[in-house]
Amino acid sequence: MTGILVLEQSLNGLQFGLMLFLLAAGLTLVFGIMDMINLAHGSIYMVGAYLIASITAASGSFWLGLGGGVVATAALGAVLELSVLRRLYGRDHLSQVLGTFAILLMSNEAVRMIWGAQPLALNPPAALAGPVELLPGFSYPAYRLFIIAVGLAVALLLYLLVTRTRYGMQVRAGASNREMALAMGVDVRRLFTAVFALGAALCAVAGGLLGPLLAVQVGMGESILILAFVVIVIGGIGSIRGALLGAMLVGGVDTAGRTLIPLLFDQLMGPEAAANAGPALSSILIYVLMAAVLFWKPQGLFPAHG
Amino acid sequence: MKVSCSKALSLTLTAAAALSLLAGSAQAADKIKVGMLSTLSGPGAGLGVDIRDGFNLALKHSGGKFGGLPVEVIVADDQAKPDAAKQTADRLVKRDKVDFMTGVVFSNVMLAVGKPIFDSKTFYISANAGPSQYAGAECNPYFFNVAWQNDNLHEAVGKTVQDKGFKKAALLAPNYPAGKDALAGFKRYFKGQIVSEAYTPLSQLDYGAELSKMRASGADAVYIFLPGGLGVNFIKQFVGAGLSKDMTLFGPGFSADEDVIRAVGEPMLGMFNTSQWAHDMDNAANKRFVADFQKEYGRLPTLYASQGYDAARLMDAAVRDVKGKIEDKDAVRKALKAAKFDSVRGAFKFNTNQHPIQDYYLRVITKDAQGRITNRTLGTVFKNHADAYVGECKMP
Repeated sequence: MTGILVLEQSLNGLQFGLMLFLLAAGLTLVFGIMDMINLAHGSIYMVGAYLIASITAASGSFWLGLGGGVVATAALGAVLELSVLRRLYGRDHLSQVLGTFAILLMSNEAVRMIWGAQPLALNPPAALAGPVELLPGFSYPAYRLFIIAVGLAVALLLYLLVTRTRYGMQVRAGASNREMALAMGVDVRRLFTAVFALGAALCAVAGGLLGPLLAVQVGMGESILILAFVVIVIGGIGSIRGALLGAMLVGGVDTAGRTLIPLLFDQLMGPEAAANAGPALSSILIYVLMAAVLFWKPQGLFPAHG
Repeated sequence: MKVSCSKALSLTLTAAAALSLLAGSAQAADKIKVGMLSTLSGPGAGLGVDIRDGFNLALKHSGGKFGGLPVEVIVADDQAKPDAAKQTADRLVKRDKVDFMTGVVFSNVMLAVGKPIFDSKTFYISANAGPSQYAGAECNPYFFNVAWQNDNLHEAVGKTVQDKGFKKAALLAPNYPAGKDALAGFKRYFKGQIVSEAYTPLSQLDYGAELSKMRASGADAVYIFLPGGLGVNFIKQFVGAGLSKDMTLFGPGFSADEDVIRAVGEPMLGMFNTSQWAHDMDNAANKRFVADFQKEYGRLPTLYASQGYDAARLMDAAVRDVKGKIEDKDAVRKALKAAKFDSVRGAFKFNTNQHPIQDYYLRVITKDAQGRITNRTLGTVFKNHADAYVGECKMP
């Protein structure tokens, strides 16, 4: 029985970690290459989820919703970069934080005005709504398996894009030394817009896939944005590899903490006390992990800057 | 310059104060003001919307008046956040000077707004939240709960699970005052073994970790108290994980009413739940309420809507009883306590702690004659049931 518990928890951790990775990948590239703190990243995730939920509701097809929503969000990201964010690159971090925080507040209110304050319902496609029997006596939700598969596929594509293509080379050059990349003639303006649109598309994929598990609602971006920042700090800013590893660590620690710590406390001091101390301690655990990484490796696990 | 400036300012302030005094005294005499502070955003929004709509329907039924006086309802969103709710409650009782307050959904919010409301001697008619604190040691003359005390519906499920012969139960509730009351209530009547007991943050919507713990616990019955959007997510994930084959899912009415059924659909068929009210209850007041609610809003009412409806009917009856002399707090309190109106749940009366003594029913989710997936009442679990905390209440 415990074997199954561990296996199921590992799959849950993997699923959550991969979704965190999709968010963190865009964030870390923007931060690493453009040296820009983008607090509006979570808002793009929210808007992406809303677009996917709306298109799904209008068309009746989850797949159409997912595809259309991702493309629309990428376009929106590009527009945002061209119109507003581009002006913030040269400024200091404080201006960037203030500017993108304003975008965060405005998009929350805009979403409230357009879609209302009540959460939207987004259901997984009927084919994936049931369980799949992985081992005799152990079935796992098909939808979560699907999320894991998509997450792994996107991670692989992203890895190939960054390590095997000309664009990827420019992105890596930009992340490790921006001035030198500029001097070597990389068209940084176009690169930045492309990277930003890619980050927005990844946000929308995460928002659309997590929508049926969570809820599509105003403010959904903020809590997950904090975790995404933890991921990129652990992984090393600007590094895709770091973001993947950081996301796996955070996803695993979060899921393990939520099961094992209450279980342990349960045996030590009874369910009442465990109910209070368990969740509190497991949510601290992620930050303990971040502090530990920063203590031994202040640049993160895979620093991108040389 | 400086002197004249501050002079002008103080003049303006005095004038404003005088005007607001005037306004205050005029309002109390010729209309009733109600502060509807409810959860209208986030995963709990469905509950607040139903309370508000039920309340508004009752107001419409009484011609927009309570006891013959026109009613002004000030609607505010508490965002399910205790700190934001407290500020809004302060504004409603101090600036708007409302005569009644109602609408709070969540008990953590209720416990935060209670003090400013009671201190201002404003009557709070709870259409949902019934924390054990306000039924017991901290009971207050200005707090009436027209719905139930938090534990009650859960006690009824506890008894049902016990009577049906289940031996091992896994429990899950949100980590906030009503979640603790819920599981305390369940355990008061379920005597079998509790193999797993978990509390999750009120904001948590992914139950992957909790579901795998339940699977490992080998429970035969699962009891959840997850209201609104939380329940929607849990039940979908419970079915998605294949647990519904091995375990029977039970919930209070909060996790199995029309709002959850609308969002989840078929997988809910056969789920047992308890409530103090059901839309198929056979009394004249309820038939009118259910029919008009569907006509007005195009959906079946939930228990929250019935509670909002009864809250307004209670205010109406009290204002009529005191003939509009709303300033006489003792008389209003006496009138509220008498509860002279036909409740949609049938007969009920207030206990000494101003919480209901009433019947609780077992319902099951089935397809009705029109093919709709909805609740059907099976029978009575408790007759004239009072809450467990009334003994601790020293009501002045």
